[in-house]
Amino acid sequence: MNLPWILLFLPLVVAAVCQLVLRKSAIVPLVATASAVATLVISFLLLGKTGTSAFDWATIGEFHLRIGIQLDRLSTGMMIVVTGVGALVHIFSLAYMKDDEGKARYFTGLAFFMFSMTGIVLADNFIMTFIFWELVGFSSYLLIGHWYQKESAADAAKKAFLCNRVGDFGFMIGILMLWGITGTLTFGDMQIPAAVSTATLSAAVLCIFCGAVGKSAQLPLHVWLPDAMEGPTPVSALIHAATMVAAGVYMLFRVQTSLGFEVFEELQASTVIAWTGGITSLLAALMATQQDDIKRVLAYSTLSQLGYMVMAVGFVHGEAGMFHLFTHAWFKALLFLGSGAVIYACHHEQDIWKMGGLRKKMPITTIAFGAGCLALIAVPGTSGFFSKELILDAAHEAGSPLFWIAAFVAVLTPFYMTRLFVVAFLGKPRSENAGHAHEVGPLMWVPLALLAVLAIFSGYSFINPLSPALPHHAGEFHLNLVAIVSLAALVIGVGTGWILYAGKDKDPVTIPLFRNRFYIDGIYDNFIVRYFQDALVAIVHFFDELVINGLMVGGLSRGAASFGNLFRKVQSGELQGYAFACGLGAILVIYFMVFL
Amino acid sequence: MLALLVFLPILAVLAILLGAPARLTAVSASVANLALGLFAAFSWKCSCWSLSLPVLEKPALHLAFGFPDGMSVIMVLLTVIVTLAAVLSGKAPEGREKLYFGSSLLISGGALGAFAATDLFFFYAFHELALIPTFLMIGMLGRGDRKEAAWKITIYLGLGSIILLAGLVWLANLTGTYDIAGMIAAKGSVDPAAQKSIAALLLVGFGTLVSLFPFHSWAAPAYASAPAPVAMLHAGVLKKFGLYGLLRIAIPLVPEGLNAWIIPLLVLLLGNILWVGYVTISQKRLDTMLGNSSVMHMGYIFLAIAALIAFPENPLARPAAVLLMFAHGVSIALLFGLADRIERTTGSLDLSDLGGLAKSAPKLAFVFGIAAMASIGLPGLANFSGEVLVFLAAFKSYDATAGLGPVQIACILSIWGVVISAVYMLRAYRKIFQGPSVKSTEFAADLTLADRIPAVLLVLALFAVGLYPNLLLNLLK
Repeated sequence: MNLPWILLFLPLVVAAVCQLVLRKSAIVPLVATASAVATLVISFLLLGKTGTSAFDWATIGEFHLRIGIQLDRLSTGMMIVVTGVGALVHIFSLAYMKDDEGKARYFTGLAFFMFSMTGIVLADNFIMTFIFWELVGFSSYLLIGHWYQKESAADAAKKAFLCNRVGDFGFMIGILMLWGITGTLTFGDMQIPAAVSTATLSAAVLCIFCGAVGKSAQLPLHVWLPDAMEGPTPVSALIHAATMVAAGVYMLFRVQTSLGFEVFEELQASTVIAWTGGITSLLAALMATQQDDIKRVLAYSTLSQLGYMVMAVGFVHGEAGMFHLFTHAWFKALLFLGSGAVIYACHHEQDIWKMGGLRKKMPITTIAFGAGCLALIAVPGTSGFFSKELILDAAHEAGSPLFWIAAFVAVLTPFYMTRLFVVAFLGKPRSENAGHAHEVGPLMWVPLALLAVLAIFSGYSFINPLSPALPHHAGEFHLNLVAIVSLAALVIGVGTGWILYAGKDKDPVTIPLFRNRFYIDGIYDNFIVRYFQDALVAIVHFFDELVINGLMVGGLSRGAASFGNLFRKVQSGELQGYAFACGLGAILVIYFMVFL
Repeated sequence: MLALLVFLPILAVLAILLGAPARLTAVSASVANLALGLFAAFSWKCSCWSLSLPVLEKPALHLAFGFPDGMSVIMVLLTVIVTLAAVLSGKAPEGREKLYFGSSLLISGGALGAFAATDLFFFYAFHELALIPTFLMIGMLGRGDRKEAAWKITIYLGLGSIILLAGLVWLANLTGTYDIAGMIAAKGSVDPAAQKSIAALLLVGFGTLVSLFPFHSWAAPAYASAPAPVAMLHAGVLKKFGLYGLLRIAIPLVPEGLNAWIIPLLVLLLGNILWVGYVTISQKRLDTMLGNSSVMHMGYIFLAIAALIAFPENPLARPAAVLLMFAHGVSIALLFGLADRIERTTGSLDLSDLGGLAKSAPKLAFVFGIAAMASIGLPGLANFSGEVLVFLAAFKSYDATAGLGPVQIACILSIWGVVISAVYMLRAYRKIFQGPSVKSTEFAADLTLADRIPAVLLVLALFAVGLYPNLLLNLLK
């Protein structure tokens, strides 16, 4: 069992060495990349292995908090995703960040992220999950705020951390409650006693779910993820598309398998989870239709797809959610890295209306990006099609109205991706930056090409041994109602997108509600932060000053000050005055003890 | 040998008064004490550490030191670590070196005496001894409204001490001894009615010393005004005396009496966490923000104490409290030390005057970031291990079939505090270090090697306990 420990701690050692020893040395990027590739190799070696291994981290009598590793299909498969995307993102970053003056700091942050994410995946108990849960949030904070001198980046980093903290507030309560219910923190040992009511259990599960709402950016805590696009684009691909944001789904599925699927079927909490995911997928897809920043379109798309996964968990078909997580990780990482290549080539232009005509200038990137689009919009034969079918199946099987919401999202997804692809890649260049763009170097296009292959094929059965969860009919296709609905959705979405946007120079549609993200960010900033929190703070501060400081203490110290003045007059000089009043207690103690 | 540990700083004060070079003497005494303290951590079970000298026959008072359990060892460790960092961090005003370093050493000696004393009289007297230089330093060398701040803390802690004294004397009279172990052995003689009154006196007395809500408003102005080593030593070490006293004296002697006050205690500690938490958010200066944050975090240690009061067999509560006391002491000392450093290089602690400091002073930004993250409770740093154990301790007695008890409800509400502390800490970090540089920070000096030594010492302590809490927990076995 040494290999998984090396897998866990190698990136930490690398991050520490980079930070403390190598500092700004030019080899930091290479060392971090080598470490990421090494973890990928180890992850392949661990495939199919099972078992646990743990050491005591905090011991109090019979009580242990452990750092423990659980190897099973779920964790080893997830490690392939984390280290696979991780290694490619490291390689891509070598080129993308080569002129950045903070690149050593950047790669150190990436290595630290790899450590944190590995910890979540391998954790065999809740406290360890929570520890690494917080650490990924911290590394995400570091990387979003990489360009910390930029106000918007620094604000986005803070916002991400705080939104996650709000989710973790619930997560911690849920962990404590579940600990109280099951008497254990270890996933493998969890049993629900019959005496516990389903309402209590539901409450605990919902609290746990809060953690996933924060980390996987579900409504109402989704606002941080689009802002997180302020970070360097490879970071968006790794953390904010493929791995960290998926950790919420991973954790929920881990809890689902630990407590048992049949337990979840009975819980009201499952319905809440499904609806949260469904509504998130719908609203995020609507917002995506009106964004002009290439990364923001992808960010809202990520929210929407995460909503699909969460919905699947809510329908107690977590394996379908995990399968979608697996395919989505490759094609969304591809789309983000592809957008990174475009942004890099267009001299940091991110507005799709200032791009255009990239098809001829960047053919490899265009083909790869196109492959990612095909998978995301679920064209039959691509990985995204198989995994999305399973989620729609689950929704249909549950007989929930959410099936029709999910089907509508399946219209919206091809619509906004067609818009994005047509506007950015086809037509003529609409700005000087886009006109001067040229194909990126091999350090960037090779990862794109590899991801493109995976985007198409990761749903097929020959890739299945790598995936973290295997739903029974993955990779199969039956022409039933669900399939007909999703094919129709695809055709409608692509068709309307093409008709509306082909050959256009500016957006022919303006829907302020979607463009302004349903005004949710504005409501938070103005209502919750400014009026509610700041007003609360002001009121508390006022009472603190007035009542506690002004009356109680002020009165006290005024009274005491005159008392002290008396001594001061007697003793003359400030020093003695203070010393005397201060020493009053000491004198009294002697008086009491000795003379009474 | 413990007597050596306690009297070394006091002897060093005498040496300084007699003309020894102030800083050098203070640093060497603190280094020696750190070595002694670390040695004590390995060998505290040896009886060679204890000492008992009769001082007075009637009542029988002994100058007695010893390690009754690992809690004292950890408090002594905290004191020697923070003391060295404090004397290394501060910069004495021209011509006041004797007062500056002498007082710091005296606070340290007093705190060590209080934590090591096994006799009630000296337990109390050493704390008083440490308070006097605290008040003096604020009154004479403080910044801003130093006189008002000094008066406030003096009056507040003076009154708190007197109330505490009444409770302690009452206890000593009932049990008929000043030997703390003897008092606990004779705790049967404390009848239930007396228990309740004594518990109230001890809660208010010790509580005031720890800035329990609503007796907390001395803390922020005092720490904001205090010279760096005093803020580090008082917020980091001396303030823990009240918590230590509750754990050492109050809980063993008047458990039922305290239990009668459990609901008020829970309400007050939520006052610390939520009320003072929101007050902290409203602060516009780093020093008052840190002062208020240290008040806020006391609430979590009170939560552990409340969990122990409500469920005396709780195995997690006491270790959790001790761990968090240590962690908070180290992290707040580091923050106050760095705040002083920021003020010396930029000339201001007003958040609106600062910005982009990470560009000109990356090392300062890095270390401050670690301290801020520790304070927020990031795993891997000591505070997290303390906090998570406190939460677990509060839920140890949770019965899922019966529903949430008052301690669990208080715990749930207090977890909101982790959001509050992230809000103010990240806001401060954002304002001071991130964004574009401003005039005051553009050419700010980074940490020098001399600045880094105390910072590294404290950071190492935070990481050691954060990465492997068993280092301290093993002392509590």
